[in-house]
Amino acid sequence: MSKLIATRAIRGANKLVARAEKELDAALKTHCPDKKVEFPNTGYFLPISYGMLGMEITKVAQLKELLQEAKKLLHPVPDEKVWVPYLGHTLDCGMATLFADEIIEAIKYIDKPPYVVAENCPEDGNFWLGAADDIIMRKRGIEFVDGTAPGFAACVGSCPSTEVAVKIARELQEKNLYVFMSASSSASGGNGLKSMADQLREAKVQMGWETRLVPFGSDVTATIHALGFATRAALAFGGVKPGDFGRVLKYNKMRIFAFALAFGEVDDETHAQAAGAINYGFPAISERDIGQILPTGVCTYEHVVSPVKPEDMVQKAIEVRGLKIQIHKIPIPVSYGPAFEGERIRGEDTYAEMGGNKTPAFEFVTIKDPKEITDGKTEVIGPELADLKPGTQIPIGIVAEVAGREMQEDFEPVLERRLHNFINEAQGVFHMGQRDINWIRISKETKEKGFTLAHIGTIIHAQFHTEFGSIVDKVQVKIYTKEADVLKWRDVAKKAYHKRDERVGSMTDESTDTYYSCLLCQSFAPTHVCVVSPERTGLCGSYNWFTCKASFQINPRGPNQPVPKGDTIDAVKGQWKGVNDFIYQTSRKALSCMSAYSILSDPMTSCGCFECIAAVLPLANGVMTVNREFAGMTPSGMKFSTLAGTVGGGQQIPGFVGHSKRYVISKKFILAEGGLQRMVWMPKVLKEEIRELFNKRAEEIGVPKLLDMIADETVATTEEEVVAYLTKTGHPALTMPPLMG
Amino acid sequence: MPQENNKPSICKSSLEILDWAKKNGMETAFDRAQKVKPCPIGASGSCCKNCAMGPCRFNPKKPDEVKGVCGADIHTVAARNFARMVASGTAAHSDHGREVAKTFIAAARKEVPGYEIKDEAKLKQTAAFYNVKTEGRKKEEIAEELGVKCLAEFGQQDGILQMTKRAPAKRQELWKEKGVTPRGIDREVVEMMHRTHMGVDMDYKNIMQQATRCAMADGWGGSMIATELQDIMFGTPVPMRAKANLGVLKADQVNVIIHGHEPLLAEMIVRASKDPELVKLAKEKGARGINLSGMCCTGNEILLRHGVPIAGNFLQQELAILTGAVEAMIVDVQCVMQSLPSLAQCFHTKIITANPKAKMQGAQHIEFHEHDAVNITKKMLTVAIENYPKRGKVRIPKEEVDMIAGFSHESINYMLGGSFRGSYRPLNDNIINGRIRGVVGVVGCNNPRVQHDSGHVNLVKELIGNDILVVETGCAAIACAKDGLLIPEAASMAGKGLREVCETVGMPPVLHCGSCVDNSRILIACSEMVREGGLGTDISDLPVAGVAPEWMSEKAISIGQYFVASGALVAFGVTWPTLGSPELTKHLFEEHEKLYKGKWAFEPDAGKMAAMIIDHINKKREALGISKAQERKLFDMEARRSLEV
Repeated sequence: MSKLIATRAIRGANKLVARAEKELDAALKTHCPDKKVEFPNTGYFLPISYGMLGMEITKVAQLKELLQEAKKLLHPVPDEKVWVPYLGHTLDCGMATLFADEIIEAIKYIDKPPYVVAENCPEDGNFWLGAADDIIMRKRGIEFVDGTAPGFAACVGSCPSTEVAVKIARELQEKNLYVFMSASSSASGGNGLKSMADQLREAKVQMGWETRLVPFGSDVTATIHALGFATRAALAFGGVKPGDFGRVLKYNKMRIFAFALAFGEVDDETHAQAAGAINYGFPAISERDIGQILPTGVCTYEHVVSPVKPEDMVQKAIEVRGLKIQIHKIPIPVSYGPAFEGERIRGEDTYAEMGGNKTPAFEFVTIKDPKEITDGKTEVIGPELADLKPGTQIPIGIVAEVAGREMQEDFEPVLERRLHNFINEAQGVFHMGQRDINWIRISKETKEKGFTLAHIGTIIHAQFHTEFGSIVDKVQVKIYTKEADVLKWRDVAKKAYHKRDERVGSMTDESTDTYYSCLLCQSFAPTHVCVVSPERTGLCGSYNWFTCKASFQINPRGPNQPVPKGDTIDAVKGQWKGVNDFIYQTSRKALSCMSAYSILSDPMTSCGCFECIAAVLPLANGVMTVNREFAGMTPSGMKFSTLAGTVGGGQQIPGFVGHSKRYVISKKFILAEGGLQRMVWMPKVLKEEIRELFNKRAEEIGVPKLLDMIADETVATTEEEVVAYLTKTGHPALTMPPLMG
Repeated sequence: MPQENNKPSICKSSLEILDWAKKNGMETAFDRAQKVKPCPIGASGSCCKNCAMGPCRFNPKKPDEVKGVCGADIHTVAARNFARMVASGTAAHSDHGREVAKTFIAAARKEVPGYEIKDEAKLKQTAAFYNVKTEGRKKEEIAEELGVKCLAEFGQQDGILQMTKRAPAKRQELWKEKGVTPRGIDREVVEMMHRTHMGVDMDYKNIMQQATRCAMADGWGGSMIATELQDIMFGTPVPMRAKANLGVLKADQVNVIIHGHEPLLAEMIVRASKDPELVKLAKEKGARGINLSGMCCTGNEILLRHGVPIAGNFLQQELAILTGAVEAMIVDVQCVMQSLPSLAQCFHTKIITANPKAKMQGAQHIEFHEHDAVNITKKMLTVAIENYPKRGKVRIPKEEVDMIAGFSHESINYMLGGSFRGSYRPLNDNIINGRIRGVVGVVGCNNPRVQHDSGHVNLVKELIGNDILVVETGCAAIACAKDGLLIPEAASMAGKGLREVCETVGMPPVLHCGSCVDNSRILIACSEMVREGGLGTDISDLPVAGVAPEWMSEKAISIGQYFVASGALVAFGVTWPTLGSPELTKHLFEEHEKLYKGKWAFEPDAGKMAAMIIDHINKKREALGISKAQERKLFDMEARRSLEV
């Protein structure tokens, strides 16, 4: 049986390499050799050839070299009798297939790509997304880091029916897996070729990165974008050097729990894709009987399993990949999971809308005496959904009362911050914002399925117990929907918010002798250690000192550990003996010291999840920072994606540091180099986002107009232009001591 | 295991020729084995002829009754005899290695036309073990320094042999602790000969310690140097299709057989056989072409690297002559029978000796020198071609069996994962999950004291049937090739688990790894299995064993001793040369396990031997905690964080 699979994969590889050659020849006839080839906005060139071979392909003529590499890996199909071992040949042909795919897909991007360059699929017309850019890759990569996405399913071909396609998509979503769709096959009983994404579109299922249902392309070669994503993850988060194919592949086997699901007829070319994926340790499960490869070794367990009934495929694939997914079923009438977080609910589909500056609203978590709480009780005080007409806007106040022996006031905001995710993860429920700027929509479909406002309480109760079980013993929820109640309780909440802000604002690094580590990203960047202090939040922006403290309380053996500061080595650079010792141990002896407040000497490492990257601009005697959302060029000569490639993966690169947006306005922002006055360039969008807090901090340091003295992309994209602008605005950095001694 | 009959061989071709020989009054080793009974005193290691006060004979049945004239007891005598076998075996492999190293240096210096540095990747890997810098250097420069360093190890007096560093760290520690890490290749042989001289080392345990160190200088020294440098010079073997048995001889071609052990000559013959002028000459003489085939280990060398067909194993050298179809048999060193020239006289066949170390009365000597290899090998083939018209009636058996050969450490690595994921992981994983019970090296010679090939073939069938992957070298491999065990289709004879793995990889259940110096490949493979992880921290933890069911040469004893010292169970068939001394035998069969975590065993019955090996492997599996099916581990995020990348 294995021989049959090998034969078909090898044959498919030969066909695809021949196709790549033909299309490349044609491309070279119509384009000059220097014609640019690239996938949109990435610092990783064409990721497979970059990751596997270290090739930096930017011109169409270079694809010829890649084609040569592919040809070197080709082998003839095994002889009928007395064959030589074919596993190695098959895997090499699989890699040749990926090279061929990359050539074919790269050529598509030269002219008019059959793809929409967007994060999410437009509701009408073309929905194929093609290669993900680095912004998406990094944003989504974080989910692979923290476990919100345990892996991905590369789905090729079309399911037996639209219903089955939807069912499988939902099942994968509920298991928090990303669904990468490509290739077309003849659906059983149907005519012509279709892909799973076509079927989801027919069923009007919302697709795109936000819902984790990602259609790459209808061509079998578009499967490459799934493996390109995986390759970039190794380079971005694993600190793997381009061309170190062994580590790229092993990283994927050990850290990215992906697998392929093949629906419909599995042709030679699809066999070849599977052979390519097996190199990454990703097994394939087929609905049709294509034979099996059960012995383990290249993948963690089986390599190919078939035939599996469509309804059993997801479960089987998870078992074959060796994936453990803990799903806590929440008793609500709709699907639930992070994959439903990104759903849009259009106005006309909305049954009820709350907050969002249209009605008064708030959400609030508060500690109560255990005796005052009946665990699991949810009261809706005021009208329920059933009492409303479709399309109504009502006020809402969500008060979650919690109690627990280990519960502290400090944890209230930590729990409260999670309400957004918890509520948003219900299918057909949209949630945005926090505190008293929250906004909720509930879709008509969800209401029809029986969802009520009380179910919001059910969700909060279940999730608080699941995620905060060690500090929370009891949870009860009150949902107010009468305006008078909402206004009354909102005032109570506001007082609490204010009190909390005061407390957090007054916390300084000096006021505690314990920081917290965050090793969450070691699942991706094995030597990276985040040290979170009150004045320096985690570089991802998600973990502040309180969150880490709570997380430690919740799971004392988890990724957030207390780090005793120990003796201060350098208060300005932010070096402490205890912190250094901790870093040495937890970085697996890769790092011996770290300066929390410096960009130049032993800066903190980055995993790859950073919200922003700061880089020294020597001519301007200052630093710039760029946020992940900004895709343009920066004065450092590198885009965010390229910078991220330099800084990520747990390495200390003097002159560069990854950080959160919030850190910019911290009193400890690159204190060693002179602080915020050194900031000379930021993208406009970032300036606007943090303007209010920035100005407050600028006033403290005596340069109230600092923000406007800082250049952005509208006035400068080169260092020279930055200097010219600084000179014009009289920016203080120009008169500060030289940054580069 | 009952022999199917009392015939001298299970090989059909051999029986056919033997039948003809009997009818025509030709004598072969099979006949002489009947005529010359083994000396029972010598067979048990109980005869000391190391000085002129003797020879002193001991009664193996009453070992402690008599002492030698010098006072030596039977234990010392048996140990001396055993140790001298080790020394001789080590000398044979190492002298081979020395010649290879010398030619290797000459090739690097471009002094020997026809020889080159072929496998640059392996050159660099091997250079690393000898701390030879590779960056920015030409391959010839690297090769020269590597060759000089390898050659120096033959005359080295102190320190350690660099290749020993390829063993697992724990094993290296143990060697150091027991004082058996070899210091220099020749030194260990010389010291062994000294210590077994009359009146020197008279403690059988102490003698065995040096015998161990001497054998180590073979496996991790001379043999390994030979294998590695040969691979670099001639190419590292990759699996390829070939044919085995006397049927490879062709009635309408000039048949040339290369027999012996060193590929230095054979490689050049392969080259010369493609020379258009010679092919033309052959045609002029009425032949369709030149048909080269190999025999014994030099045959294995060119089989693995060029797919040159193999005419047979050790006991078929005379039979090949008896076909009447061989124009010339070119021999170099080791395992060549002195009966060849006299047998050849009955036919037109020329026996050509090539090595100044190995001459025979009645053979034509055309001395081979590497610096003039091209001309000399052409001359040899010319002799054969010109002999073609003198050929009389031929009787070529039709057996010509398909096989796949070419399993080096490197090609196994590739075979299990390709260029990007090549590793021993799939092997280890499938041993851990029980699809493969273990791995056994079946190696060694033929011996006419037992039915030809049956020891190998019957044992191997039993082993693969019990899910044991078999790796082979030497005449054992040829025996199994002839029986059709070296084709991937033979997986149908394997147990279910092994069969599944064979089908996944597309490999036969029995892997031909080369000649007898290539047993070093098995040492590397074992070390690699340990390094890959999951099967303990030393070779002695692995569920593996080595066996030589039909052994006859002293080289086999040396090989066995270095495998024992490397931590393996080694079982021999046919006869055992220390049975005269119960104490020495106990030392080898039991106490060695305490010393080296490996031991010797003797079992002439293939069925019982298989049972013993399976039992041993099962015990190793139990000790590793992999004897029972394990539950599938599913990984959550925390478990993933603990995985090494």
